[in-house]
Amino acid sequence: MTHSKTIGLAFGALLASTALAGAETLTIATVNNGDMIRMQKLTGAFTEANPDIDVEWVTMEENVLRQKVTTDIATKGGQYDIMTIGTYEVPIWSKQGWLVPLEFDDSYDVDDLLPAIRDGLTTDGELYAAPFYGESSMVMYRTDLMEEAGLEMPDAPTWDFIKQAAEAMTDKENEVYGICLRGKAGWGENMAFLSAMANSYGARWFDEEWNPQFDGEAWKATLTDYVDLMQNYGPPGASSNGFNENLALFQTGKCGMWIDATVAASFVTNPDESQVADKVGFALAPDKGLGKRSNWLWAWNLGIPAGSAKTEAAQKFIAWATSKDYAELVASEEGWANVPPGTRKSLYENPEYQEAAPFAEMTLESINAADPTNPAVDPVPYVGVQFVAIPEFQGIGTAVGQQFSAALAGSVSVDQALQTSQMLTQREMMKGGYIK
Amino acid sequence: MATLHTRSSARLMLTPSVILLLCWMIVPLAMTLYFSFLRYNLLMPGTEEWIGFLNYQFFVEDPAFWASLINTLLLVGGTLLITVVGGTFLAILLDQPFFGQGIVRLLVIAPFFVMPTVSALVWKNMLMHPVNGLFAWVARAFGAQPVDWLAEVPLLSVTIIVSWAWLPFATLIILTALQSLDQDQKEAAEMDGAGIFSIFWHITLPHLARALTVVVLIETIFLLSVFAEIFVTTNGGPGTESTNLTYLIYMQALLFYDAGAASAGGVIAIILANIVAIFLIRMIGKNLEA
Amino acid sequence: MARTVTTNRKLVFTVIGWAIGLTLFFPILWTFLTSFKTEGEAIATPPSFLFFDWTLENYLTVNDRSDYFRHAINSVVISLGSTALGLLVAIPAAWSMAFTPTKRTKDILMWMLSTKMLPAVGVLVPITLIFRDTGLMDTRTGLVIVLMLMNLPIIVWMLFTYFKEIPGEILEAARMDGATLGKEIIYVLAPMAVPGIASTLLLNIILAWNEAFWTVLLTTNNAAPLTAMIAQYSSPEGLFWSKLSAASMLAIAPILVMGWFSQKQLVRGLTFGAVK
Repeated sequence: MTHSKTIGLAFGALLASTALAGAETLTIATVNNGDMIRMQKLTGAFTEANPDIDVEWVTMEENVLRQKVTTDIATKGGQYDIMTIGTYEVPIWSKQGWLVPLEFDDSYDVDDLLPAIRDGLTTDGELYAAPFYGESSMVMYRTDLMEEAGLEMPDAPTWDFIKQAAEAMTDKENEVYGICLRGKAGWGENMAFLSAMANSYGARWFDEEWNPQFDGEAWKATLTDYVDLMQNYGPPGASSNGFNENLALFQTGKCGMWIDATVAASFVTNPDESQVADKVGFALAPDKGLGKRSNWLWAWNLGIPAGSAKTEAAQKFIAWATSKDYAELVASEEGWANVPPGTRKSLYENPEYQEAAPFAEMTLESINAADPTNPAVDPVPYVGVQFVAIPEFQGIGTAVGQQFSAALAGSVSVDQALQTSQMLTQREMMKGGYIK
Repeated sequence: MATLHTRSSARLMLTPSVILLLCWMIVPLAMTLYFSFLRYNLLMPGTEEWIGFLNYQFFVEDPAFWASLINTLLLVGGTLLITVVGGTFLAILLDQPFFGQGIVRLLVIAPFFVMPTVSALVWKNMLMHPVNGLFAWVARAFGAQPVDWLAEVPLLSVTIIVSWAWLPFATLIILTALQSLDQDQKEAAEMDGAGIFSIFWHITLPHLARALTVVVLIETIFLLSVFAEIFVTTNGGPGTESTNLTYLIYMQALLFYDAGAASAGGVIAIILANIVAIFLIRMIGKNLEA
Repeated sequence: MARTVTTNRKLVFTVIGWAIGLTLFFPILWTFLTSFKTEGEAIATPPSFLFFDWTLENYLTVNDRSDYFRHAINSVVISLGSTALGLLVAIPAAWSMAFTPTKRTKDILMWMLSTKMLPAVGVLVPITLIFRDTGLMDTRTGLVIVLMLMNLPIIVWMLFTYFKEIPGEILEAARMDGATLGKEIIYVLAPMAVPGIASTLLLNIILAWNEAFWTVLLTTNNAAPLTAMIAQYSSPEGLFWSKLSAASMLAIAPILVMGWFSQKQLVRGLTFGAVK
């Protein structure tokens, strides 16, 4: 024990001395998505240009990462210098004063950021996090199956067409299911999809007095159609399918259509991974003719927790990782198709990118079609398309998501699921003091 | 026999671990107890205030609470049943001489060494998945409709995953006890013409009583707080069909970040666990007397 | 005649035994095989069992991305450290409980065990605050302490049941010969207690190695063990089956090998006094 302690001390002293002589170390927390892993791989380019800064990565699966960074920032643990956070967290955290406002010089070109994304990260005119990549949702479909069914996908389909196509494409004997949608319970899983779908059906989470709206007709129509669609034309096990499960299904040719994140486009068209890479088409997320489409808006962003002693170095890193130059670095190392999408106008104006990414146009259009401050047909008191930017939402969204996945699995009826959701949301909103 | 001297020295030696445990129990427990009476959401600092029993009221009034209690009991009970019955059977099997016995034994105990997160991920994605999973492939090979494990029988699926990890533990303990069984007694009974089942019932089983008690006690302790297996596979769903008490508290703590409600849930869990403990001691405590 | 019966019987048991053994081991075997496949092959139907292009790529990727050895060393230090510390505290306690029991000994034992039933997530906030204020966040020391305390009740109880089986007369005799308390423990008790201590040690190393709540939430980088490494590979965007399998194999291999080699010692003391 003492022996190892001495060694430990000696070791510690050694580390301390190198730290003094050398660099400031940034600890960066990030999710384990492909684009971030690529950033981790390319860190060398940053540390070479900034020899006085060292970078240490903490890469985690999304849910675990969120638990860790939220606990850390709420208890002022100070473990991280840069955190990867979603568009859900940024407005809530910045209001609490937990994030450092970012300032960039002219070469960064802040005005190049897509306005829909940038707005979501801005509180009182200050940018509190820089977008690393952004996404909306859209329809991905199999061109060959669509042709076989004798149908043609419009650029902006309706839900009625989706249903018709799903029916025509389904061939359960050969394990081809007309439509794959998220069913796994979670505020960022099935509820992301269903909240966005509900928007197009004229439903909303809360009215202007924060009363939950699950007892309304619009939600009932949404959930009824969703359950109907999935039980008739969806794959088995849909109620535990999230993004990844559906991706695997689509890549192995088992889905006719899949409505999900735009970032999936690069996975399903990658011939190394996907068996259907050359047979994928894209369309905007469906609507119901009410003026709102069912696409969401999300971005993973880099922010600096207030209280970090290394703000300057952290800013430097963020400026690097979200810059135009970084996009070019990725392009030169791994090709344009792998550049993190959905954050900058310039990327979509780049002919090389348009060439390499057949889904570029549809992605941009989807992102531009989303309006976080005005997501539903009727007015709402909250910000967020597929989420409600209040601290209680993670919990409420997951509990409601559990009810909806139960309805999908058939263990409760649609009416029951909506009734329970209404009650539990009301309870939480009362507890939170939103309604009396 | 115990002199004053040994007694006091015994107490002295007992002290460090009791003090440590006391600190471990008392400090966080006192904090938990205190938080449970506060409105305390981590995401809304500055709104903390004393709200009496409101957190408890909300926690108990949650319809998911009763469902989670029943699920907890079913999960613990089901796993105990599978592991005790299966473990006894496996132990008897492994007690017979056969070719490659040593290797089979290694195969059987292996699941106990696997991290819960890993085993849950493997079962969910590679075995139970209704499209890509191996079970589905086997079912289709026999022309049957694949079972959608995690949606149709979520609690049973979790029970199976948990049982897989704990079966080796039960097997090992029962096997050790079995090997100490007096062979002469068994042979004498065989001479008297007793059948296999009668020998098992009248000689083997009573001999195993104490080992089984130990299995039940230790497993209960760990099974009451099963979490990773649920978190990874079903997220407590569909609905609340696979939500146990630990998962419910997790939701309060790490989804709502409601430290008040989570603390109240923690206190309730401790009270319930102690009721179970008292019950267990009553039921099987006499077996623990040497 | 009798001989053929036993041979037949042995054959039957061989078949049953191997069938069950392989079934129970199958999930691990399957993970092992998948870890050598490409991502595409990992989700292919029908699945390929042995005839695929074996590749080491997943292992290289995992090691490249997450510095396996640092995580592994943390796991070793944390599980060994917490177990050693736990034994240090528990041996005297269990000894005194076993040999000079009082009326309340059993109550104390049961109370200790009931502390194990407290769900970890219920005390998350208190522990996080304590760790923050004591500077234990992301340190191996912090994890050693937490895991030691988590497993202490089990350690004390296992040792207690084992020590109880040691006949008191031997100690009496030693005491008659004028042995002091210390000598009594070192020369008389210890040799008899070794099997029990060994299996307690092994079981607790396993439990500490696999603990995945505190070890993930209380670490960032410096002290992150293998459980935290797994969190890097569970469900990212895109296909991950074979990389996850490789990471899983790397995470469980050390403890599996240790468990296999020491199974005799593990079993010998796992009796909890159940053998008379």
